[in-house]
Amino acid sequence: MEYFLQQLINGLSLGSIYGLIAIGYTMVYGIIGMINFAHGDIYMIGAFLAVIGFTAIGLVGGLWTPLAVALVLIIAMVFTAAYGWVVERFAYRPLRGSFRLAPLISAIGMSILLQNYVQLVQGARVKPISPVVQGGFELMERDDGFTVNLSYMQIIIIVLTLVLMIVFATLIARTALGRSQRACEQDKTMAALVGINVDRTISLTFVIGAALAAVAGVMVTMYYGVVDFYIGFLAGVKAFTAAVLGGIGSLPGAMIGGILIGLIEAFWAAYFSAEYKDVAAFSILVLALIFRPYGILGRPEVEKV
Amino acid sequence: MLVIENLRTNYGAIEALKGISLDVQEGEIVTLIGANGAGKSTTLMSISGAVPAQSGRIIFDGEDITKLPAHEIVRRKIAQAPEGRRIFPRMTVEENLMLGAMTADPQNYDRNRDEVFELFPRLKERRSQRGGTLSGGEQQMLAIGRALMSEPRLLILDEPSLGLAPMIVRQIFEIIAKVNKERGLTVFMVEQNANQALKIAHRAHVLVTGEITLSGKGAELRANEEVRAAYLEGH
Ligand SMILES: Nc1ncnc2c1ncn2[C@@H]1O[C@H](COP(=O)(O)OP(=O)(O)OP(=O)(O)O)[C@@H](O)[C@H]1O
Ligand SMILES: [Mg+2]
Repeated sequence: MEYFLQQLINGLSLGSIYGLIAIGYTMVYGIIGMINFAHGDIYMIGAFLAVIGFTAIGLVGGLWTPLAVALVLIIAMVFTAAYGWVVERFAYRPLRGSFRLAPLISAIGMSILLQNYVQLVQGARVKPISPVVQGGFELMERDDGFTVNLSYMQIIIIVLTLVLMIVFATLIARTALGRSQRACEQDKTMAALVGINVDRTISLTFVIGAALAAVAGVMVTMYYGVVDFYIGFLAGVKAFTAAVLGGIGSLPGAMIGGILIGLIEAFWAAYFSAEYKDVAAFSILVLALIFRPYGILGRPEVEKV
Repeated sequence: MLVIENLRTNYGAIEALKGISLDVQEGEIVTLIGANGAGKSTTLMSISGAVPAQSGRIIFDGEDITKLPAHEIVRRKIAQAPEGRRIFPRMTVEENLMLGAMTADPQNYDRNRDEVFELFPRLKERRSQRGGTLSGGEQQMLAIGRALMSEPRLLILDEPSLGLAPMIVRQIFEIIAKVNKERGLTVFMVEQNANQALKIAHRAHVLVTGEITLSGKGAELRANEEVRAAYLEGH
């Protein structure tokens, strides 16, 4: 029971991070129908910006921790968003209206480019940071001394994700920007006819998705304390799996899918085999594609027009 | 108000418009009639900027709008209710109207929406219903209402009667005539239902495979032998 509870906490924290990344996949798929394979690397850039940010703050003598975290979050979101914008503008937009596979190939190219670029400027070795937020609560203790811990970092991850989700869901459901975004998803020509700048809306989708991925990157850096140029690949594929599992194109689906993947991974690692925890996520992807290809909250493509 | 000079539009190798010229005067209802594939929708989409013109000019209120993107043309106060209505299916009636109001002054939103609800009381009853679940007639009302939300000076309609029951068609034509008369709204309308369209139109043009073959007063064209034979018999 105690062991189970601990895995639940770990899985929720991990799942929040996957969920934040999955939003970017699902939004981009929703609006232009492509899988942005470079999105995992955008997240990786967010993580590196966190390393750079925290290291820089450490060099100048440090700051009050909440301020430091807020500062790093803002810097990472702004710069990562800029990367997201550039990738869309130069790697995907020129290919819009070209054959369907073209942007996909371009995305894979972008992913490799970003990885190599970071490897070149940051080195191939694992980058550590000194812990930013330490400690936590001891929730309960078993007779044999096993304790259930909820770290402050896990609380930050879960609460921040929750807050971002609420803000983001409100943005999509209630604001003019959200309505434009949904209109472009449903009919781009008509969206243009009512006066929406479709290109700009697509750009903004990439910017928002990248900013959320940056938050995930900062959280992961603070959680594990290490990053390398390759983390984007695995996290990207898992977040993509989360998006598919939740129903690609569906925003709540991405979040639910992310949490599920996080939980599956935590429990699998705890009860079966830690080495094969990545296999768990992909087995789920395969099963989802076979038995429920449109995901938990996705809708089948048929629709009354 | 709207002047089209020698407009050519191609889709790849297909010449959809082979240099058409026409004009719409302020306060008029002008209709464009023609068979399937004549290029009627292409003409309207070219005006709205959704399809690029090959050559020629489109002038609105003295401004050359030929090269402007679609989202800029709505800001010049030209709104279109396109063929097939193109309601945003997963948004409510009211959200569709809000999108129509994208380019209008937000302060006028409530007033404009109430005016649309007055023209189409059905939409008011269904304001929280998703667009995709409306009936064909309701969707057409919403398409026109959405276009009106942008406070247009020129309203473009592409086959508003398509696939609708005669009673609804009559109702829609009545409303088009009404907004034209009461608000002085200029209307440029494509129709296959030529009989009804020519009844309310001040002037009309006949489009045959990308070329305008005949222009004149609505009543004149209704009396014209060729037009009768080609577009009115059997309707
Ligand atoms: N997107 C497109 N790509 C290629 N050809 C097109 C496209 N849209 C229209 N066409 C062609 O251009 C010509 C004119 O089409 P358009 O839709 O303007 O006709 P229309 O008069 O509106 O016909 P209908 O009464 O059936 O709506 C047709 O031959 C059509 O096949
Ligand atoms: Mg047509």
